[in-house]
Amino acid sequence: MVSRADGRAGGPLIGVLALQGDFEAHARMLRRLGTEVREVRVPEDLRGLAGLVLPGGESTVMMLGIEREGLAEPLRELAAAGMPMLGTCAGMIVLDREHLGILDIRARRNAFGRQTRSFEADLEIAGLGAEGLLRAVFIRAPWVEDRGPDVEVLASIDGHPVAVRQDRIVAVAFHPELGDEPRLHERLVADAAAPRERAA
Amino acid sequence: MRDEGTFRVKAGLAENLKGGVIMDVVDAEQAKIAEDAGAAAVMALERVPADIRRDGGVARMSDPLMIRAIQAAVSIPVMAKARIGHFVEAQVLQALEIDYVDESEVLTPADESHHIDKWAFTAPFVCGATNLGEALRRIGEGAAMIRSKGEAGTGDIVEAVRHMRAIRAEIARLGGLEHAELASAAKDLGAPPDLVREVAGAGRLPVVLFCAGGIATPADAAMMMQLGAEGVFVGSGIFKSQDPSSRARAIVEATTHFKDPERVARASEGLGGAMQSLETRRLAPEQLLASRGW
Repeated sequence: MVSRADGRAGGPLIGVLALQGDFEAHARMLRRLGTEVREVRVPEDLRGLAGLVLPGGESTVMMLGIEREGLAEPLRELAAAGMPMLGTCAGMIVLDREHLGILDIRARRNAFGRQTRSFEADLEIAGLGAEGLLRAVFIRAPWVEDRGPDVEVLASIDGHPVAVRQDRIVAVAFHPELGDEPRLHERLVADAAAPRERAA
Repeated sequence: MRDEGTFRVKAGLAENLKGGVIMDVVDAEQAKIAEDAGAAAVMALERVPADIRRDGGVARMSDPLMIRAIQAAVSIPVMAKARIGHFVEAQVLQALEIDYVDESEVLTPADESHHIDKWAFTAPFVCGATNLGEALRRIGEGAAMIRSKGEAGTGDIVEAVRHMRAIRAEIARLGGLEHAELASAAKDLGAPPDLVREVAGAGRLPVVLFCAGGIATPADAAMMMQLGAEGVFVGSGIFKSQDPSSRARAIVEATTHFKDPERVARASEGLGGAMQSLETRRLAPEQLLASRGW
Protein backbone atom coordinates (compact mmCIF):
# COMPACT_ATOMS: atom_id res chain seq x y z
CA MET A 1 0.00 0.00 0.00
CA VAL A 2 1.14 3.48 -0.79
CA SER A 3 2.17 5.67 2.13
CA ARG A 4 -0.45 8.26 3.00
CA ALA A 5 -0.44 11.91 3.90
CA ASP A 6 3.29 12.10 4.54
CA GLY A 7 3.44 15.42 2.69
CA ARG A 8 5.86 14.06 0.08
CA ALA A 9 4.79 13.17 -3.44
CA GLY A 10 6.61 9.89 -3.80
CA GLY A 11 4.04 7.71 -5.56
CA PRO A 12 3.55 7.13 -9.28
CA LEU A 13 2.52 10.08 -11.45
CA ILE A 14 -1.26 10.00 -11.95
CA GLY A 15 -2.99 12.20 -14.51
CA VAL A 16 -6.46 13.68 -13.99
CA LEU A 17 -8.34 14.68 -17.13
CA ALA A 18 -9.04 18.37 -16.45
CA LEU A 19 -11.14 19.54 -19.40
CA GLN A 20 -14.18 20.06 -17.16
CA GLY A 21 -15.67 18.54 -14.02
CA ASP A 22 -14.61 17.68 -10.48
CA PHE A 23 -10.97 17.06 -11.36
CA GLU A 24 -9.76 19.06 -8.36
CA ALA A 25 -11.59 16.74 -5.96
CA HIS A 26 -9.78 13.79 -7.56
CA ALA A 27 -6.45 15.59 -7.41
CA ARG A 28 -7.00 16.37 -3.70
CA MET A 29 -7.79 12.72 -2.99
CA LEU A 30 -4.70 11.49 -4.87
CA ARG A 31 -2.40 14.00 -3.16
CA ARG A 32 -3.75 12.85 0.19
CA LEU A 33 -2.53 9.39 -0.77
CA GLY A 34 0.94 10.81 -1.29
CA THR A 35 1.13 10.42 -5.03
CA GLU A 36 2.09 12.90 -7.74
CA VAL A 37 -0.74 14.43 -9.77
CA ARG A 38 -0.85 16.19 -13.13
CA GLU A 39 -3.87 17.87 -14.72
CA VAL A 40 -4.34 16.71 -18.31
CA ARG A 41 -5.72 19.12 -20.93
CA VAL A 42 -3.63 18.42 -24.04
CA PRO A 43 -1.93 15.26 -25.40
CA GLU A 44 1.52 16.36 -24.19
CA ASP A 45 0.21 16.21 -20.61
CA LEU A 46 -0.11 12.41 -20.98
CA ARG A 47 3.64 11.89 -21.32
CA GLY A 48 5.13 9.85 -18.47
CA LEU A 49 1.87 9.09 -16.66
CA ALA A 50 1.51 5.81 -14.76
CA GLY A 51 -2.27 6.07 -14.36
CA LEU A 52 -5.22 8.25 -15.27
CA VAL A 53 -8.50 9.45 -13.73
CA LEU A 54 -11.48 10.43 -15.88
CA PRO A 55 -13.50 12.57 -13.46
CA GLY A 56 -17.15 13.38 -13.00
CA GLY A 57 -18.62 16.27 -14.94
CA GLU A 58 -20.63 16.53 -18.11
CA SER A 59 -19.73 13.83 -20.62
CA THR A 60 -20.83 15.96 -23.60
CA VAL A 61 -18.41 18.72 -22.55
CA MET A 62 -15.60 16.23 -21.98
CA MET A 63 -16.10 14.52 -25.34
CA LEU A 64 -16.13 17.86 -27.17
CA GLY A 65 -12.92 18.75 -25.35
CA ILE A 66 -11.32 15.37 -26.09
CA GLU A 67 -12.07 15.83 -29.79
CA ARG A 68 -10.95 19.48 -29.84
CA GLU A 69 -7.64 18.62 -28.17
CA GLY A 70 -6.95 15.43 -30.15
CA LEU A 71 -6.93 13.30 -27.00
CA ALA A 72 -9.11 10.38 -28.17
CA GLU A 73 -6.45 8.36 -29.99
CA PRO A 74 -3.70 8.87 -27.38
CA LEU A 75 -6.11 7.81 -24.62
CA ARG A 76 -7.08 4.65 -26.53
CA GLU A 77 -3.42 3.80 -27.09
CA LEU A 78 -2.60 4.21 -23.39
CA ALA A 79 -5.52 2.00 -22.41
CA ALA A 80 -4.45 -0.65 -24.94
CA ALA A 81 -0.93 -0.49 -23.51
CA GLY A 82 -2.32 -1.35 -20.09
CA MET A 83 -2.42 1.97 -18.29
CA PRO A 84 -4.61 1.71 -15.17
CA MET A 85 -7.57 4.10 -15.33
CA LEU A 86 -10.40 5.08 -13.03
CA GLY A 87 -13.53 6.67 -14.50
CA THR A 88 -16.21 8.13 -12.25
CA CYS A 89 -19.75 9.10 -13.37
CA ALA A 90 -19.18 11.03 -16.63
CA GLY A 91 -15.81 9.25 -16.77
CA MET A 92 -17.68 5.94 -17.05
CA ILE A 93 -19.69 7.30 -19.98
CA VAL A 94 -16.62 8.68 -21.74
CA LEU A 95 -14.95 5.23 -21.50
CA ASP A 96 -17.90 3.33 -22.99
CA ARG A 97 -18.40 1.87 -26.50
CA GLU A 98 -20.27 4.86 -27.82
CA HIS A 99 -17.57 7.34 -26.78
CA LEU A 100 -13.89 6.41 -26.43
CA GLY A 101 -14.63 2.70 -26.80
CA ILE A 102 -12.10 1.77 -24.13
CA LEU A 103 -14.55 -0.28 -22.04
CA ASP A 104 -16.83 -2.90 -23.60
CA ILE A 105 -19.92 -1.41 -21.95
CA ARG A 106 -22.78 0.84 -22.89
CA ALA A 107 -23.55 3.37 -20.18
CA ARG A 108 -26.99 4.92 -19.89
CA ARG A 109 -26.79 8.63 -19.09
CA ASN A 110 -28.83 10.09 -16.22
CA ALA A 111 -30.19 6.58 -15.67
CA PHE A 112 -31.46 7.28 -12.16
CA GLY A 113 -33.18 10.51 -13.22
CA ARG A 114 -32.59 14.21 -12.80
CA GLN A 115 -30.88 15.93 -9.88
CA THR A 116 -33.83 15.61 -7.48
CA ARG A 117 -33.32 11.83 -7.77
CA SER A 118 -29.59 12.05 -6.98
CA PHE A 119 -28.70 10.15 -3.80
CA GLU A 120 -26.14 8.67 -1.44
CA ALA A 121 -26.15 5.02 -0.47
CA ASP A 122 -23.94 2.43 1.24
CA LEU A 123 -22.60 0.06 -1.39
CA GLU A 124 -20.83 -3.26 -1.16
CA ILE A 125 -18.12 -3.45 -3.77
CA ALA A 126 -16.41 -6.72 -4.73
CA GLY A 127 -12.83 -7.48 -5.47
CA LEU A 128 -10.99 -4.16 -5.21
CA GLY A 129 -9.57 -4.85 -1.78
CA ALA A 130 -12.18 -2.36 -0.60
CA GLU A 131 -13.71 -4.45 2.17
CA GLY A 132 -16.85 -3.33 3.92
CA LEU A 133 -19.40 -0.77 2.87
CA LEU A 134 -18.53 2.24 0.81
CA ARG A 135 -20.47 5.51 0.93
CA ALA A 136 -21.35 6.14 -2.71
CA VAL A 137 -22.57 9.52 -3.97
CA PHE A 138 -24.69 9.24 -7.13
CA ILE A 139 -25.28 12.52 -8.99
CA ARG A 140 -27.42 12.36 -12.13
CA ALA A 141 -25.62 9.08 -12.39
CA PRO A 142 -25.42 6.58 -15.24
CA TRP A 143 -25.60 2.80 -14.96
CA VAL A 144 -24.25 0.08 -17.21
CA GLU A 145 -26.98 -0.94 -19.64
CA ASP A 146 -25.02 -3.56 -21.55
CA ARG A 147 -21.58 -5.16 -21.24
CA GLY A 148 -19.27 -7.57 -23.00
CA PRO A 149 -17.93 -10.88 -21.58
CA ASP A 150 -14.63 -9.38 -20.38
CA VAL A 151 -16.34 -6.87 -18.12
CA GLU A 152 -16.62 -7.85 -14.48
CA VAL A 153 -19.41 -6.31 -12.37
CA LEU A 154 -18.17 -5.14 -8.97
CA ALA A 155 -21.37 -3.59 -7.63
CA SER A 156 -24.99 -3.12 -8.66
CA ILE A 157 -28.04 -1.18 -7.57
CA ASP A 158 -31.47 -2.71 -8.26
CA GLY A 159 -29.80 -5.08 -10.70
CA HIS A 160 -28.03 -2.35 -12.65
CA PRO A 161 -24.22 -2.49 -12.63
CA VAL A 162 -22.73 0.70 -11.16
CA ALA A 163 -19.11 -0.43 -10.78
CA VAL A 164 -17.24 -2.47 -13.40
CA ARG A 165 -13.71 -3.55 -14.23
CA GLN A 166 -12.14 -4.67 -17.46
CA ASP A 167 -8.47 -5.59 -17.11
CA ARG A 168 -6.87 -2.52 -15.48
CA ILE A 169 -9.72 -0.08 -16.14
CA VAL A 170 -12.27 0.55 -13.39
CA ALA A 171 -15.41 2.60 -13.96
CA VAL A 172 -17.96 3.57 -11.33
CA ALA A 173 -21.23 5.46 -11.69
CA PHE A 174 -20.73 7.28 -8.39
CA HIS A 175 -18.22 9.77 -6.94
CA PRO A 176 -15.72 8.29 -4.46
CA GLU A 177 -13.84 11.62 -4.67
CA LEU A 178 -16.84 13.47 -3.19
CA GLY A 179 -17.67 10.82 -0.60
CA ASP A 180 -14.38 10.92 1.30
CA GLU A 181 -13.79 7.36 0.08
CA PRO A 182 -10.11 6.75 -0.77
CA ARG A 183 -10.11 3.02 -1.49
CA LEU A 184 -10.70 3.16 -5.25
CA HIS A 185 -7.97 5.77 -5.62
CA GLU A 186 -5.64 3.66 -3.45
CA ARG A 187 -6.26 0.79 -5.82
CA LEU A 188 -5.50 2.96 -8.86
CA VAL A 189 -2.24 4.15 -7.31
CA ALA A 190 -1.27 0.59 -6.39
CA ASP A 191 -2.03 -0.62 -9.94
CA ALA A 192 -0.06 2.28 -11.38
CA ALA A 193 2.92 1.35 -9.23
CA ALA A 194 2.71 -2.33 -10.17
CA PRO A 195 4.21 -3.84 -13.32
CA ARG A 196 1.79 -4.77 -16.12
CA GLU A 197 2.26 -8.56 -15.72
CA ARG A 198 1.02 -8.68 -12.15
CA ALA A 199 -2.30 -7.13 -13.01
CA ALA A 200 -2.89 -9.32 -16.06
CA MET B 1 -31.26 2.82 1.59
CA ARG B 2 -31.07 5.87 -0.64
CA ASP B 3 -30.66 9.32 0.87
CA GLU B 4 -31.90 11.87 -1.65
CA GLY B 5 -31.39 15.62 -1.53
CA THR B 6 -28.53 15.57 0.97
CA PHE B 7 -26.29 18.62 1.03
CA ARG B 8 -23.44 16.50 -0.33
CA VAL B 9 -25.57 15.51 -3.31
CA LYS B 10 -26.62 19.13 -3.91
CA ALA B 11 -23.11 20.58 -3.59
CA GLY B 12 -21.76 17.61 -5.55
CA LEU B 13 -23.59 18.60 -8.72
CA ALA B 14 -21.88 21.99 -8.54
CA GLU B 15 -18.53 20.16 -8.18
CA ASN B 16 -19.36 18.37 -11.42
CA LEU B 17 -20.07 21.67 -13.18
CA LYS B 18 -16.65 23.10 -12.29
CA GLY B 19 -14.45 24.32 -15.08
CA GLY B 20 -17.61 24.66 -17.15
CA VAL B 21 -19.74 27.35 -18.74
CA ILE B 22 -23.44 27.67 -17.88
CA MET B 23 -25.35 29.45 -20.62
CA ASP B 24 -28.65 31.37 -20.59
CA VAL B 25 -31.10 30.07 -23.20
CA VAL B 26 -34.66 31.11 -24.01
CA ASP B 27 -35.84 28.13 -26.06
CA ALA B 28 -35.05 24.54 -27.01
CA GLU B 29 -33.18 25.57 -30.14
CA GLN B 30 -30.77 27.78 -28.21
CA ALA B 31 -30.41 25.06 -25.58
CA LYS B 32 -29.31 22.60 -28.27
CA ILE B 33 -26.82 25.11 -29.70
CA ALA B 34 -25.42 25.66 -26.19
CA GLU B 35 -25.10 21.92 -25.51
CA ASP B 36 -23.42 21.28 -28.86
CA ALA B 37 -20.96 24.09 -28.15
CA GLY B 38 -19.97 22.55 -24.80
CA ALA B 39 -22.19 24.17 -22.17
CA ALA B 40 -21.93 22.31 -18.84
CA ALA B 41 -25.54 23.33 -18.10
CA VAL B 42 -28.16 25.72 -19.40
CA MET B 43 -30.21 28.33 -17.57
CA ALA B 44 -33.76 28.32 -18.94
CA LEU B 45 -35.38 31.75 -18.88
CA GLU B 46 -37.87 33.64 -21.04
CA ARG B 47 -35.76 36.74 -21.50
CA VAL B 48 -32.00 37.11 -21.10
CA PRO B 49 -30.97 39.84 -18.62
CA ALA B 50 -30.22 42.38 -21.40
CA ASP B 51 -33.86 42.13 -22.54
CA ILE B 52 -35.23 42.21 -18.99
CA ARG B 53 -33.25 45.41 -18.52
CA ARG B 54 -34.62 46.88 -21.78
CA ASP B 55 -38.26 45.85 -21.21
CA GLY B 56 -38.52 46.86 -17.55
CA GLY B 57 -41.55 45.78 -15.51
CA VAL B 58 -41.70 42.77 -13.20
CA ALA B 59 -39.57 39.79 -14.23
CA ARG B 60 -40.81 36.41 -13.02
CA MET B 61 -40.15 32.67 -13.22
CA SER B 62 -40.41 31.29 -16.76
CA ASP B 63 -43.36 29.40 -18.26
CA PRO B 64 -43.14 25.71 -17.26
CA LEU B 65 -43.93 24.74 -20.87
CA MET B 66 -40.81 26.48 -22.07
CA ILE B 67 -38.75 24.91 -19.28
CA ARG B 68 -40.05 21.43 -20.16
CA ALA B 69 -39.25 21.95 -23.85
CA ILE B 70 -35.67 22.80 -22.91
CA GLN B 71 -35.43 19.80 -20.56
CA ALA B 72 -36.58 17.58 -23.42
CA ALA B 73 -34.04 19.05 -25.83
CA VAL B 74 -30.80 18.50 -23.90
CA SER B 75 -29.12 15.91 -21.66
CA ILE B 76 -27.07 18.40 -19.61
CA PRO B 77 -28.45 19.89 -16.37
CA VAL B 78 -31.17 22.51 -16.74
CA MET B 79 -31.33 25.38 -14.26
CA ALA B 80 -34.07 27.99 -13.89
CA LYS B 81 -34.58 31.17 -11.93
CA ALA B 82 -36.97 31.94 -9.08
CA ARG B 83 -37.48 35.44 -7.69
CA ILE B 84 -35.62 36.24 -4.45
CA GLY B 85 -37.87 35.06 -1.60
CA HIS B 86 -40.48 33.51 -3.93
CA PHE B 87 -40.56 30.07 -2.37
CA VAL B 88 -43.57 28.97 -4.41
CA GLU B 89 -41.79 29.65 -7.69
CA ALA B 90 -39.01 27.48 -6.25
CA GLN B 91 -41.53 24.77 -5.32
CA VAL B 92 -42.82 24.84 -8.90
CA LEU B 93 -39.30 24.55 -10.30
CA GLN B 94 -38.61 21.61 -8.00
CA ALA B 95 -41.85 19.97 -9.14
CA LEU B 96 -40.57 20.39 -12.71
CA GLU B 97 -37.42 18.52 -11.61
CA ILE B 98 -35.16 21.44 -12.36
CA ASP B 99 -31.56 20.44 -11.65
CA TYR B 100 -30.58 23.74 -9.97
CA VAL B 101 -32.76 26.63 -8.84
CA ASP B 102 -31.16 30.07 -9.18
CA GLU B 103 -32.65 32.44 -6.60
CA SER B 104 -31.82 35.39 -8.76
CA GLU B 105 -31.57 39.15 -8.50
CA VAL B 106 -32.11 39.27 -12.28
CA LEU B 107 -35.81 38.68 -11.56
CA THR B 108 -37.80 41.19 -9.52
CA PRO B 109 -37.54 40.32 -5.79
CA ALA B 110 -40.72 38.95 -4.20
CA ASP B 111 -39.68 39.46 -0.57
CA GLU B 112 -37.66 42.39 0.71
CA SER B 113 -36.46 40.78 3.91
CA HIS B 114 -36.38 37.00 3.47
CA HIS B 115 -34.58 34.84 0.99
CA ILE B 116 -35.97 31.37 0.32
CA ASP B 117 -35.38 28.76 3.06
CA LYS B 118 -33.39 26.50 0.80
CA TRP B 119 -33.02 23.72 3.38
CA ALA B 120 -36.69 22.91 2.77
CA PHE B 121 -35.96 21.67 -0.78
CA THR B 122 -34.41 18.57 -2.34
CA ALA B 123 -33.49 20.60 -5.44
CA PRO B 124 -30.19 22.45 -4.97
CA PHE B 125 -29.95 26.25 -5.09
CA VAL B 126 -27.38 28.64 -6.48
CA CYS B 127 -27.44 32.23 -5.21
CA GLY B 128 -25.65 35.43 -6.13
CA ALA B 129 -23.30 37.32 -3.83
CA THR B 130 -21.36 40.57 -3.98
CA ASN B 131 -19.18 39.84 -0.94
CA LEU B 132 -18.28 37.10 1.52
CA GLY B 133 -20.94 37.95 4.10
CA GLU B 134 -23.67 37.72 1.50
CA ALA B 135 -22.28 34.41 0.19
CA LEU B 136 -22.19 32.89 3.69
CA ARG B 137 -25.70 34.11 4.52
CA ARG B 138 -26.96 32.31 1.41
CA ILE B 139 -25.02 29.15 2.31
CA GLY B 140 -26.47 29.40 5.82
CA GLU B 141 -29.92 29.40 4.22
CA GLY B 142 -29.00 26.23 2.31
CA ALA B 143 -27.47 27.40 -0.97
CA ALA B 144 -25.21 24.66 -2.39
CA MET B 145 -23.43 26.86 -4.92
CA ILE B 146 -22.54 30.57 -5.06
CA ARG B 147 -22.03 32.85 -8.03
CA SER B 148 -20.62 36.33 -7.82
CA LYS B 149 -23.38 38.64 -9.05
CA GLY B 150 -21.61 41.05 -11.35
CA GLU B 151 -24.09 43.25 -13.19
CA ALA B 152 -26.24 41.04 -15.41
CA GLY B 153 -27.19 42.08 -18.92
CA THR B 154 -24.51 44.75 -19.33
CA GLY B 155 -21.60 42.96 -21.01
CA ASP B 156 -19.44 45.00 -18.63
CA ILE B 157 -17.10 42.82 -16.55
CA VAL B 158 -16.18 45.48 -13.98
CA GLU B 159 -18.77 44.49 -11.34
CA ALA B 160 -17.97 40.78 -11.64
CA VAL B 161 -14.34 41.65 -11.00
CA ARG B 162 -15.26 43.81 -8.01
CA HIS B 163 -17.38 41.05 -6.45
CA MET B 164 -14.90 38.25 -7.07
CA ARG B 165 -12.04 40.32 -5.68
CA ALA B 166 -14.14 41.26 -2.63
CA ILE B 167 -14.97 37.61 -1.87
CA ARG B 168 -11.36 36.51 -2.33
CA ALA B 169 -9.93 39.37 -0.25
CA GLU B 170 -12.35 38.72 2.62
CA ILE B 171 -11.50 35.00 2.62
CA ALA B 172 -7.79 35.88 2.73
CA ARG B 173 -8.39 38.33 5.59
CA LEU B 174 -10.16 35.64 7.66
CA GLY B 175 -7.15 33.37 7.19
CA GLY B 176 -4.95 35.90 8.99
CA LEU B 177 -7.19 36.24 12.04
CA GLU B 178 -6.77 34.48 15.36
CA HIS B 179 -9.49 32.07 16.38
CA ALA B 180 -10.71 34.50 19.04
CA GLU B 181 -11.19 37.22 16.43
CA LEU B 182 -13.45 35.14 14.20
CA ALA B 183 -16.61 35.69 16.25
CA SER B 184 -16.52 39.45 15.80
CA ALA B 185 -15.51 38.96 12.13
CA ALA B 186 -18.69 36.90 11.76
CA LYS B 187 -20.66 39.72 13.36
CA ASP B 188 -19.10 42.26 10.99
CA LEU B 189 -19.80 40.05 7.99
CA GLY B 190 -23.34 39.33 9.19
CA ALA B 191 -22.55 35.67 8.57
CA PRO B 192 -23.05 32.46 10.58
CA PRO B 193 -20.01 32.01 12.91
CA ASP B 194 -19.58 28.31 12.14
CA LEU B 195 -19.31 29.05 8.42
CA VAL B 196 -16.85 31.88 9.09
CA ARG B 197 -14.63 29.49 11.07
CA GLU B 198 -14.88 26.91 8.30
CA VAL B 199 -13.85 29.42 5.62
CA ALA B 200 -10.99 30.76 7.78
CA GLY B 201 -9.65 27.23 8.19
CA ALA B 202 -10.09 26.05 4.61
CA GLY B 203 -9.22 29.29 2.79
CA ARG B 204 -12.17 28.77 0.46
CA LEU B 205 -15.95 28.78 0.44
CA PRO B 206 -17.53 25.50 1.58
CA VAL B 207 -19.34 25.32 -1.80
CA VAL B 208 -18.37 25.89 -5.42
CA LEU B 209 -17.96 29.53 -6.50
CA PHE B 210 -18.84 30.54 -10.06
CA CYS B 211 -18.79 33.99 -11.61
CA ALA B 212 -21.73 35.70 -13.34
CA GLY B 213 -22.83 39.05 -14.67
CA GLY B 214 -21.00 40.78 -17.50
CA ILE B 215 -18.96 38.07 -19.24
CA ALA B 216 -18.96 38.78 -22.98
CA THR B 217 -15.67 37.41 -24.33
CA PRO B 218 -13.30 34.43 -23.93
CA ALA B 219 -10.81 36.78 -22.23
CA ASP B 220 -13.49 37.87 -19.72
CA ALA B 221 -14.09 34.22 -18.82
CA ALA B 222 -10.38 33.44 -18.51
CA MET B 223 -9.81 36.51 -16.34
CA MET B 224 -12.58 35.52 -13.94
CA MET B 225 -11.11 32.00 -13.73
CA GLN B 226 -7.69 33.47 -12.96
CA LEU B 227 -9.33 35.62 -10.27
CA GLY B 228 -10.60 32.46 -8.58
CA ALA B 229 -13.92 31.59 -10.19
CA GLU B 230 -14.41 27.83 -10.54
CA GLY B 231 -16.60 28.22 -13.62
CA VAL B 232 -18.69 30.89 -15.33
CA PHE B 233 -22.28 31.79 -16.10
CA VAL B 234 -22.77 33.60 -19.40
CA GLY B 235 -26.15 35.24 -19.75
CA SER B 236 -26.74 37.68 -22.55
CA GLY B 237 -23.13 37.41 -23.73
CA ILE B 238 -23.69 34.45 -26.04
CA PHE B 239 -27.10 34.71 -27.68
CA LYS B 240 -26.94 38.50 -27.91
CA SER B 241 -23.68 38.31 -29.87
CA GLN B 242 -23.26 38.13 -33.64
CA ASP B 243 -22.27 34.44 -33.82
CA PRO B 244 -23.58 32.64 -30.71
CA SER B 245 -22.33 29.15 -31.58
CA SER B 246 -18.72 30.20 -32.24
CA ARG B 247 -18.66 32.51 -29.24
CA ALA B 248 -20.06 29.77 -26.99
CA ARG B 249 -17.35 27.32 -28.14
CA ALA B 250 -14.68 29.97 -27.69
CA ILE B 251 -15.76 30.80 -24.13
CA VAL B 252 -15.81 27.07 -23.27
CA GLU B 253 -12.27 26.68 -24.64
CA ALA B 254 -10.98 29.76 -22.83
CA THR B 255 -12.53 28.56 -19.56
CA THR B 256 -10.69 25.21 -19.82
CA HIS B 257 -7.37 26.80 -20.88
CA PHE B 258 -7.68 29.96 -18.75
CA LYS B 259 -4.03 29.84 -17.71
CA ASP B 260 -2.76 29.62 -21.31
CA PRO B 261 -2.85 33.04 -23.08
CA GLU B 262 -2.04 31.49 -26.46
CA ARG B 263 -5.11 29.31 -26.25
CA VAL B 264 -7.26 32.23 -25.11
CA ALA B 265 -5.88 34.25 -28.04
CA ARG B 266 -6.75 31.50 -30.50
CA ALA B 267 -10.22 31.14 -29.00
CA SER B 268 -10.78 34.89 -29.39
CA GLU B 269 -10.12 34.98 -33.14
CA GLY B 270 -12.83 36.00 -35.59
CA LEU B 271 -15.87 35.81 -33.33
CA GLY B 272 -17.69 38.80 -34.81
CA GLY B 273 -19.33 41.41 -32.62
CA ALA B 274 -19.85 40.95 -28.90
CA MET B 275 -23.23 41.75 -27.36
CA GLN B 276 -24.34 45.36 -27.34
CA SER B 277 -23.05 46.50 -23.98
CA LEU B 278 -23.78 49.04 -21.28
CA GLU B 279 -21.19 50.74 -19.13
CA THR B 280 -22.27 49.97 -15.57
CA ARG B 281 -21.08 53.25 -14.04
CA ARG B 282 -23.43 55.16 -16.33
CA LEU B 283 -26.48 53.25 -15.03
CA ALA B 284 -28.76 54.92 -12.47
CA PRO B 285 -28.83 53.24 -9.02
CA GLU B 286 -32.36 51.93 -9.59
CA GLN B 287 -31.16 50.19 -12.76
CA LEU B 288 -28.62 48.09 -10.87
CA LEU B 289 -29.56 44.45 -10.27
CA ALA B 290 -26.69 43.47 -7.96
CA SER B 291 -28.05 45.51 -5.05
CA ARG B 292 -31.17 43.31 -4.92
CA GLY B 293 -31.00 40.85 -2.01
CA TRP B 294 -28.97 41.53 1.12
